[in-house]
Amino acid sequence: MSTHQHSTNGSPESGNERRDGHHDEIAHVTPMKLLFGVWGALMILTVVTVAVTLIDFGAHTNLIIAMAIATIKAGLVVTYFMHLRWDRPFHTLIFLGSLLFVSLFISMTLLDRSEYQGSIEEMYLKKGQ
Amino acid sequence: MTSPSATADVLAPPAESDSDNYLTHDKGILSWLLTLDHKRIGVMYLMCVLGAFALGGLFALLVRTELLTPGKTIVEHDTYNQLFTLHGAVMVFLVIIPGIPAALGNFVLPLQLGAKDVAFPRLNLASWYLWVVGALFLVASLVTNAADTGWTFYTPYSTTTTTSVIPALFGAFILGFSSIFTGLNFITTMHKLRPPGMTWFRMPLFLWALYSTAVIQVLATPVLAITLLLLIVERFVGIGIFDPALGGDPVLFQHFFWFYSHPAVYIMIVPAFGVVSEIIASFSRKRIFGYKFIALSSVAIAILGFLVWGHHLFVSGQSVLAGTIFSGITFLIAIPTAIKVFNWIATMYKGRIHLDTPMLYALFFLWVFSIGGLTGIMLGVMSLDVHLHDTYFVVAHFHYVMMGGAVTAFFGGLHFWWPKMFGRMYDEKWGRTACGLLFVGLNLTFFPQFILGTRGMPRRYYNYLPEFQPLHQLSSMGAYLMGIAFLIVAIYLLRSLRKPMDAPANPWGANTLEWRTVSPPPYYNFHEAPEVAEGPYEYADWVYDKRERGYVRKTRGGTPHPGTSTGS
Amino acid sequence: MAQLVADQLPQHEPSGGHGHAQDAEHANNPFLAHHFDTPKHQFEAGKLGIWIFLITEILFFGGLFCAYAVYRAMHPEVFVYAHYYLDTFWGALNTGVLILSSLTAAWAVRNAQLGEQKKLVFNIIATITLAFCFLGVKYVEYSHKFHEQTLPGRYFNPEHEVWELPSYQRAHARSAHHESEAQAHAVEPQAGTIGEVAAAATGTTPVAPGAVPAPGAVPAPGAAPAPAEAGEGKEAKVAPPGAPVRPRNVGVFFSIYFCMTGLHGIHVIAGIITWAWILRRTLRGEFGPSHFGAVDYAALYWHLVDLIWIYLFPLLYLIH
Repeated sequence: MSTHQHSTNGSPESGNERRDGHHDEIAHVTPMKLLFGVWGALMILTVVTVAVTLIDFGAHTNLIIAMAIATIKAGLVVTYFMHLRWDRPFHTLIFLGSLLFVSLFISMTLLDRSEYQGSIEEMYLKKGQ
Repeated sequence: MTSPSATADVLAPPAESDSDNYLTHDKGILSWLLTLDHKRIGVMYLMCVLGAFALGGLFALLVRTELLTPGKTIVEHDTYNQLFTLHGAVMVFLVIIPGIPAALGNFVLPLQLGAKDVAFPRLNLASWYLWVVGALFLVASLVTNAADTGWTFYTPYSTTTTTSVIPALFGAFILGFSSIFTGLNFITTMHKLRPPGMTWFRMPLFLWALYSTAVIQVLATPVLAITLLLLIVERFVGIGIFDPALGGDPVLFQHFFWFYSHPAVYIMIVPAFGVVSEIIASFSRKRIFGYKFIALSSVAIAILGFLVWGHHLFVSGQSVLAGTIFSGITFLIAIPTAIKVFNWIATMYKGRIHLDTPMLYALFFLWVFSIGGLTGIMLGVMSLDVHLHDTYFVVAHFHYVMMGGAVTAFFGGLHFWWPKMFGRMYDEKWGRTACGLLFVGLNLTFFPQFILGTRGMPRRYYNYLPEFQPLHQLSSMGAYLMGIAFLIVAIYLLRSLRKPMDAPANPWGANTLEWRTVSPPPYYNFHEAPEVAEGPYEYADWVYDKRERGYVRKTRGGTPHPGTSTGS
Repeated sequence: MAQLVADQLPQHEPSGGHGHAQDAEHANNPFLAHHFDTPKHQFEAGKLGIWIFLITEILFFGGLFCAYAVYRAMHPEVFVYAHYYLDTFWGALNTGVLILSSLTAAWAVRNAQLGEQKKLVFNIIATITLAFCFLGVKYVEYSHKFHEQTLPGRYFNPEHEVWELPSYQRAHARSAHHESEAQAHAVEPQAGTIGEVAAAATGTTPVAPGAVPAPGAVPAPGAAPAPAEAGEGKEAKVAPPGAPVRPRNVGVFFSIYFCMTGLHGIHVIAGIITWAWILRRTLRGEFGPSHFGAVDYAALYWHLVDLIWIYLFPLLYLIH
């Protein structure tokens, strides 16, 4: 960990896109083509994700497809708009780490979700009848 | 907002400002309230935390007084419920969580690191203001109708009680953000402001502990924030997520709450480990044993701490599978904790132990924390927990950890860094006396509670069977003894402030960087940027100097290091 | 918060204490705080700070996603039923708006890095405008829901039954060809009026999302009024054959909907404030190739707001 803290931003692309003669080396400048390309892809994926719901693959598959498309979109935003691709790997690490903790939280809680359903149903039976 | 401290005299060369320190650098109340200096913010935190500690302690004494006899002693049962709720909420949210990281950590972290400040000084000040606002909300319910839910705010009671839960929730919500911003600041500071030579494995163990704590603060506290927010909304409009009457799940609240609050107990105890590591190494005058193990076990505790929250839910209707997983991981967490304890003992082995007040607190910590930790393992056993859940056994366990662990280490650290913070030595004799009284008082208060718990005394009860009365009374006597001990501490610490400054730069002979600047430190922390060429626990170069009444550092030629001069 | 981190930058504090080589740099650069060595050093620290902040945001929203996941796993029928009350058109439109604003935000960062002052101003204004568009659309949606009484928890008391909604009718017409879809909407033979169904309700637990078996048309006993009472003043509506029976606690879907979109909306408002502040500083000429951190941090925050919406849209509007 200590070594990369003091190293410079060592991605191979960082030099190529510099323009206007200013080489400050503070951070990578995203090229225009890439910005608009990512934007186009995001728009297309939005249309796709709406279109996919018109087709019935079964509730589970549809949910998985929707989440997969959302994740691709999120990946594009994070990689290019938020320039993690050219950023320090540590930032990617903590970003993915946070997702890990969220998924841990959700999955362990989900594991436990049905424990109370029995008594809740009982309550409805008592009240409703 | 421009800094009021950005006045022209900062430009004065350091040599002229030799007697200048952060306490005298600027004058006036505004220079404190608008300061961006981490040391002043740390001192402001310290004052607030100690004030809150006095308040929480007062609630504790009232609770213990009420429990002197079965039935009514001094207050009605509703008031009693409010008292223990306020005691818990104040102690957890206002004292223990910010105690070591925000108060001591703010002061010490940049100094130990060799930095001029934390990475985001304004955010640091904002954290303090958030603490103040949150504290006001939390305590404001005192004058209205204080919450009686316990500090855990469990649903469905918290959504149905008529007491003013919302201000308390909102207060805790704001305090959460204070904690998050402190954590954010500390992580960034340790990543980006380490001076040349200060590699990760040359960082003092207190910093490793603060780093691990900050990771927990950043990852866990937002979940508390959303939980409290949902609870507030639930109370306002009845959204039903936690309400079984609307198809929600009350156990979901417990999952949400403990996903934060179990890691939060490591927010409380991990920095305490850091303080104890510093004190034990310094007062054993010996390089700490197993530096890397202690450092990395802090990180391991931070991460494992996220995987055990379900052991609070063993009897809440959690599934057996989840319970088994959580129980197993709970045992695992004993490993990194034991690594620390064994390494501290190994550090003391064959060391030249100086029994000054901070060291007494550290030994005190070792003793009571071990009891607290081991009873925690007992409670992690599902079958035993079913028996002991919600009894005084649990109360005794977490008071041994929180009070005997976190608060003891906080006071140890306070005594350790007090000379550095205020430039004055306190009365050593009174310091040792108070520490001894505390030790007796703490065990007298909480050990009987273990017995009460195993005999079936449920926690949070207003009334109890007459046969429990002797043990309850013993416990209350212990609480009064602790009250007296803390009063003594307050008196001799405050009295020391009236003396002229007399603390040497390094009264204990510790080798971390904060001892290489004068006491109290100058505004910019170091007159000369410290050089880091060795680990933090090398004591060979420090020799006691009678004239300085403290330790001075030999340079390789054998002459005292000029940077350690107090200028007096 | 983005402000607070970024706000560290313009500290007009002279360098004191340490005498070192960076003093000249501090004297020349009023935006370089005293405890950083170089602008790059300062930029990197701010960047780590903002990333850590974004992580706290992810966990903050993570709690809501968790509530969503648990409730959907327990009561999928509620989600299938309730999502017809949301209009996919507005959701998709807002997705487009936010994605476009993300583009202008990313572009603004590029402008700041290259010192393109005019474009920078334009892109920041565009981002703010698009953020207002987003809030406008949300306003339309929210006011529609208040009008329709599709409100959270126990306040759920819709004006229209689900089969009266165009979104339901479209989906239903399409699905006439799909056998599975027909099954998904639970053709209960005895589904006459709501009242009858309520009487016939057995209270069995619905298991799979497809098979809404009418566990009872009465929402939350004791909490929400039963439809028969709710319908006082409205004439009792006769459900067409094949119409879905309202599951219990549909209101909780709207609790989750309002919590998630509401919290997201608050973040959009915070974003607008941040961008307005960035705009002010841009107009003062504070940003340039060596000092653009604040723009970058604001944009990172803004992308995260977009990111969360990218998940909210399919989770709330596109339920199948």
